[in-house]
Amino acid sequence: MLDGLSLQMLVGQLMVGLVNGSFYALLSLGLGVIFGMLNVINFVHGALYMTGAFASYLLLQYAGVPYAVSLLLSPLIVACLGVFIERVLLSRIYKIDHIYGWLLTFGIALMLESVFRKFYGVSGKPYPTPDWLTGAIDMGFMMLPTYRAWVIGVSLLVCFGTWYAIERTRLGSYLRAATENPVIVRSFGINVTLLITLTYAFGVGLAAFAGVLAAPIYQVNPLMGSNIIVVIFAVVVIGGLGSILGTIVTGLGIGLIEGITKIFYPEAAHVVVFVIMAIVLLTKPTGLFGRRVR
Amino acid sequence: MKYLLCALLAVAAVLAPLYYYPTFLMTILCFAIYAGAFNLLFGYTGLLSFGHAAYFGFAAYICGYAAKSLGLTPELAILAGGLSSALLGLIVGYLAVRQQGIIFAMVTFALAEVVYFICLRAPFTGGEDGMQSIPRGHLFGFIDLSNSMTMYYFVLAIFLLCFWMLYRIVHSPFGQVLRAIRENETRAISMGYRTDQYKLAAFVLSATLAGIAGSTKTLVFQLATLTDVHWHKSGEVILMTLLGGLGTLAGPVVGSGLVVSLSEGLAELGEWVPFILGVSFVVCVLAFRRGIVGELLAYLERRRQSTVPAETAHSDSTPAQSASELATAGEKR
Repeated sequence: MLDGLSLQMLVGQLMVGLVNGSFYALLSLGLGVIFGMLNVINFVHGALYMTGAFASYLLLQYAGVPYAVSLLLSPLIVACLGVFIERVLLSRIYKIDHIYGWLLTFGIALMLESVFRKFYGVSGKPYPTPDWLTGAIDMGFMMLPTYRAWVIGVSLLVCFGTWYAIERTRLGSYLRAATENPVIVRSFGINVTLLITLTYAFGVGLAAFAGVLAAPIYQVNPLMGSNIIVVIFAVVVIGGLGSILGTIVTGLGIGLIEGITKIFYPEAAHVVVFVIMAIVLLTKPTGLFGRRVR
Repeated sequence: MKYLLCALLAVAAVLAPLYYYPTFLMTILCFAIYAGAFNLLFGYTGLLSFGHAAYFGFAAYICGYAAKSLGLTPELAILAGGLSSALLGLIVGYLAVRQQGIIFAMVTFALAEVVYFICLRAPFTGGEDGMQSIPRGHLFGFIDLSNSMTMYYFVLAIFLLCFWMLYRIVHSPFGQVLRAIRENETRAISMGYRTDQYKLAAFVLSATLAGIAGSTKTLVFQLATLTDVHWHKSGEVILMTLLGGLGTLAGPVVGSGLVVSLSEGLAELGEWVPFILGVSFVVCVLAFRRGIVGELLAYLERRRQSTVPAETAHSDSTPAQSASELATAGEKR
């Protein structure tokens, strides 16, 4: 089995794994940040990732907006949608059991997905790779597609940017404080309600950003959200909640492991993340990097 | 008064297939069992399992296989289905129960995906095509179930059996502990209850009943497909229970009746059905958490208290109290 493998194939598959891992990292980061702040599992995260991809597709189709602008515009649009969801719908469940937040966002996800399915069916819509990112980089022993390198690079940048913003800046410290004790933070005069809304908007903006990045690779498809949300959930359970770096590392790691599994045992590639989840649950229930037991 | 109501319902249930399409009624009964099973876990124990379709659908396949390939009689096939989902529930429950609230739900959801994947790939399920032409067989070896009316009474009997079991579980010391766990798990632990064991037991019971529902459904439609294990089915049962009334015995039945009727009635709208389901979810969660039966019981309770103001509240929680308590339980969490 190994003799037929070339280094090219191996590294190529690892690259695909890293690309997937980048999406996992971006999405689970957004989910984790929202959970930390709102104590709500944002089931609509997958659907908003899909909406972000569709937004860039629609922007291109009807307004000729290029990819580079979409990268900023699409997250902005979805973030506005997020503000609406949080203010009008989600905020009403803060006073009751937060598990209802899951059910609420599930309902919203169903609505979003069915609307896109109604108008665009279940087959994917093509999104062209932007001209300045086509082609491949000659690495000597293999050709690395430029777009993949771009996705991995920019995702890492955004992930670590987020980490820096949350762990090292003043606004981030407000966020962390409000996560732990919103009442006291409020008494300091900080607008916690605004902070919560902005956090949610940022989290879903991250999802939409991932969606735009994904569009040229996975094609724009109404089901892309529900396909990926389960994996994201598993990634969050494995990584544990409470550590941003942990979430990022877990997302990338799972992507890599999936890539490696695809080489040796392709059928298992889809379920390997759940097997890992089961193992982690048995050995370290709070997750690999989990700090808080809520 | 209660007995009169029960008698009326019994008469209605027996006569119903003369007025309504038996398959439609059987669908309601199967999903009522499914919703009742889910309600045991979420309504009474406070555990949200977002992967209940796994037990419903997996048992559906096992039952179908038992009836079609192993040639088992229907009651044995349903039993086989129920046992398989019990086992599945044991495995998933063991992994999930140690987790708190939201993580518990995520784990059940993720593991249900694994079950979906297994059902997709396993050779005996028929993959995308599903299992077809499953024979209804002869009950106990001699009662032919291919007749819709006979089948209806069989399904009715299963429904009554399952709900009798649910009734006994809920109104037992075990059921009281489950309710205690829902209200305040820490306190239940401090009183010496091994809550993890109780939660696991409730989980397995719930999975078994969901499996019986799925198996019965397979024999009714003579079909088992991937939609039975898809997480949309998990969402459907949550909606039924929520709409009907969490934490009540009648709620799941009402919810099932409503959702099945709506799905039938809205069938022409086809692609809009998930959208309507989504809207119902949102509206239910925001404004209607007690569900139809819950609201009814709360209303009756308010009337009772306004006419007998001197009566003190009982510690033995009545359904109305527990239903209204559940909706406000969030503040205690």
